[in-house]
Amino acid sequence: MKSDLLKFTEKGIYCEAADVYIDPWKPVPRALITHGHADHSRWGSKAYLATDIAAPVIKYRLGDIKMETIKFGEERKINGVKFSFHPAGHILGSAQIRLEHKGEVWVASGDYKLEDDGLAKPFEPVRCHTFITESTFGLPVYDWKPQEEIFADINAWWRQNAADGKTTFITGYSLGKAQRILRGLDTSIGNIYTHGAVENINEVIRNQAISLPETTRITRETDKKLFPGNLILAPPSALNSAWMKKFKPVSIGIASGWMTLRGPRRRKAADRGFPLSDHVDWKDLNKAIEMTEATRVIVTHGYSSIFSKYLNEKGIQASIENTAYEGELAEVNENAEENKEKSD
Amino acid sequence: MKNFANLFTRLDQTTKTLVKIAALIEYFKKVDDVDRLWAMGILSHRRPKRTVKISLLRQWAAEIAKLPLWLFEDSYRIVGDLAETIALVLPPPVQVLDHSLAYWIEEIKSLGGLTDEEKKERVLNAWSGLTRDERFLYNKLITGGFRVGVSQKLMMRALSQYSGQEESAIAHRLMGNWTPDNTTYADLILAENPLDDISKPYPFYLAYAVDGSPENLGNPAEWQIERKWDGIRGQVIVRGGELFVWSRGQELVTDKFPEYHPLATILPNGTVLDGEILPFDDGKPLSFNVLQTRIGRKNVTKKILESAPVSLMVYDILEFGGEDIRQKTMEERRQILVDLITILPTNDIILLSETLEFDSWEAAAAERENSRLHLSEGFMLKRKNSAYQIGRKKGDWWKWKVDPLTIDAVMIYAQQGSGRRANLYTDYTFAVWDDDKLVPFTKAYSGLTDAEFRQITSWVRKNTLERFGPVRSVKPAHVFEIAFEGINKSTRHKSGVALRFPRMLRWRKDKPIKEANTLEDLQGMLAVYG
Repeated sequence: MKSDLLKFTEKGIYCEAADVYIDPWKPVPRALITHGHADHSRWGSKAYLATDIAAPVIKYRLGDIKMETIKFGEERKINGVKFSFHPAGHILGSAQIRLEHKGEVWVASGDYKLEDDGLAKPFEPVRCHTFITESTFGLPVYDWKPQEEIFADINAWWRQNAADGKTTFITGYSLGKAQRILRGLDTSIGNIYTHGAVENINEVIRNQAISLPETTRITRETDKKLFPGNLILAPPSALNSAWMKKFKPVSIGIASGWMTLRGPRRRKAADRGFPLSDHVDWKDLNKAIEMTEATRVIVTHGYSSIFSKYLNEKGIQASIENTAYEGELAEVNENAEENKEKSD
Repeated sequence: MKNFANLFTRLDQTTKTLVKIAALIEYFKKVDDVDRLWAMGILSHRRPKRTVKISLLRQWAAEIAKLPLWLFEDSYRIVGDLAETIALVLPPPVQVLDHSLAYWIEEIKSLGGLTDEEKKERVLNAWSGLTRDERFLYNKLITGGFRVGVSQKLMMRALSQYSGQEESAIAHRLMGNWTPDNTTYADLILAENPLDDISKPYPFYLAYAVDGSPENLGNPAEWQIERKWDGIRGQVIVRGGELFVWSRGQELVTDKFPEYHPLATILPNGTVLDGEILPFDDGKPLSFNVLQTRIGRKNVTKKILESAPVSLMVYDILEFGGEDIRQKTMEERRQILVDLITILPTNDIILLSETLEFDSWEAAAAERENSRLHLSEGFMLKRKNSAYQIGRKKGDWWKWKVDPLTIDAVMIYAQQGSGRRANLYTDYTFAVWDDDKLVPFTKAYSGLTDAEFRQITSWVRKNTLERFGPVRSVKPAHVFEIAFEGINKSTRHKSGVALRFPRMLRWRKDKPIKEANTLEDLQGMLAVYG
């Protein structure tokens, strides 16, 4: 039997032929990075390769690293293995990584979604033999509404809060989700203030000549009286922090795929939950896999055992590999990385 | 259904009482009498009878969603709510069926006599014409088990504001066996009812827990000291020859305790007593477990009356001879109460809560240690020269409870919670050592913070040994201090004991599992307190 092009080792997803790792969770000599979220791009490797669009944020987050960049669609040979990066549609610059070696094609997709959010380059189906996929929302109960509807809900909520003299406080992961929300907001309602962790990323992105609506960073000096009627955008870790106390009276909203379900929505004791996700829902997950025409699928994180069982029943050979990826878990659970940023 | 779905969404989106009341009032204004009455019925747990088998609903939903049944079932297990799971997996609606709440309830009721095939056609048709939120409610109407976060009391407040009637009058009108089928909004809420006034209870005076020791309360002689009874706080009213029994939640429970009905003629008119609805038989109180078997039952059967009899342990009198005497001192009220009760032929229906005298707080503390032997929770301390106040006030009434019993146990199974706690492992089974084996003896699911539950949830995911449906056995690794109020012998449990009100007091991260308690320790507790 031919050995697999990619193997799951204790350090990450490893390509032996090229001697590189994809999204390693431990330091390695050479790391290929799909995107800048903390569970996919970790500190400590000797050399990194990512798309030119994803690179600035990764560099901002990981500090002084040795980073090479690659354009979407550009081919690069490493020890005879052909590599190329293709849009994953997850966040700005996020990529699926395609490998080709001796006629065998694998795609490691990282995190992805099919809906075009206007920021990330839309998901591009890449034909392959083996497709490595997430399944963060790999259950049929996850069925996203079009983002226009979600933004209409968010804006209506903001408008009502403004009419009630309240501050609107919405959380989303500071890289990706926050900028997506920003672009969906109706700035005629009021001003947008940002938590430092969000604004730091905004700055990196604006420096890439990508325009975002005007925002104001909240600092110690920001006058509390400015907030009512306006909106504050913060990472999920800001919820229940002492920092939040100064925004009363406030209405709190959480934008996350997890907010589809009533249980998590109520458990968070937020006023509103908006099911907005940068991951595929059930139907898009299945659609994406179909489009790759892969005959073998490896499911990494999410509802992996349920989803791989389903694929096997459909006649697609599927298995599970354990990784350190978290998907959108960080949106609901406290996240160490976000907390770190806050203390910066 | 649109209005009701909208109401439900608004109620679900907030934890704030005032917002909920506003949403309810707005709904009451918007809909007609029939829908309003049905909404009141649903919020007070008066649902139409189930007309479709749950297992059929699951099959149909899976079929329409083109999912294998196992995948539907797995999804349901993760969502934790069947009505919600169905609403989420169904394909989008293909038509618009815009009907009133009452229409859908009649529709669901009318399914009763049909064949399964006919039912299927009607249910599928409904699903195909309702939005996701509406489907969820339609499913809830069929499956029952609404949890909206609207208490009976909150609904009464909204209804009182909407109808301009006093809350106690509303409470009285909503008691009993009405259903939206056998009454109308006008008859139930608007018609003149002379009993409104005479049924009106006084607000209860509630005690705070003593902070530490009662030493700084001064001389024990200034305090009336009683045992704290482990029942349900109740107010008994006899006015105009009618009896009314109210529980602390402003719930009229007269019908639930027929034992008290003779009091309508035994007590003089214009009497209001404050006391404890206490399971009691053969001259002594019974465990609270006994009372639990009849709380929440719609019908009080003869069997229940025999197996779970109650008395009323009285400790205060608020109205006497039709006069409000709450401003008299505790000592004076006590005297009136004693004089009244001792001359009445109450035959154990009413018992007088005895007062205890101590020279010192040390002596009191020593006797308090015997509380469990009297099936009491500790002491109540009431200042002799105090009036009967309203609500929870510090100063004159204190509860001085005995410390809970505790045991250190090892977590061996975990299960996801449901509703608000779906997706989190919050329900655990605990075990103690029997030689080198761990014997399960109790479940507990409260006492930890959300952060701790999250921490354990991620640990459980990584440390699962085996799965039994929704239950996972986990590596024995964590010790928790379990607190409980009582211990009884049990033939149903392998360990031979059943705990009362077990909860997690602390996560003993400092303790290795070998240092958890043993079955022998539990048996020792059973011998002393059982």
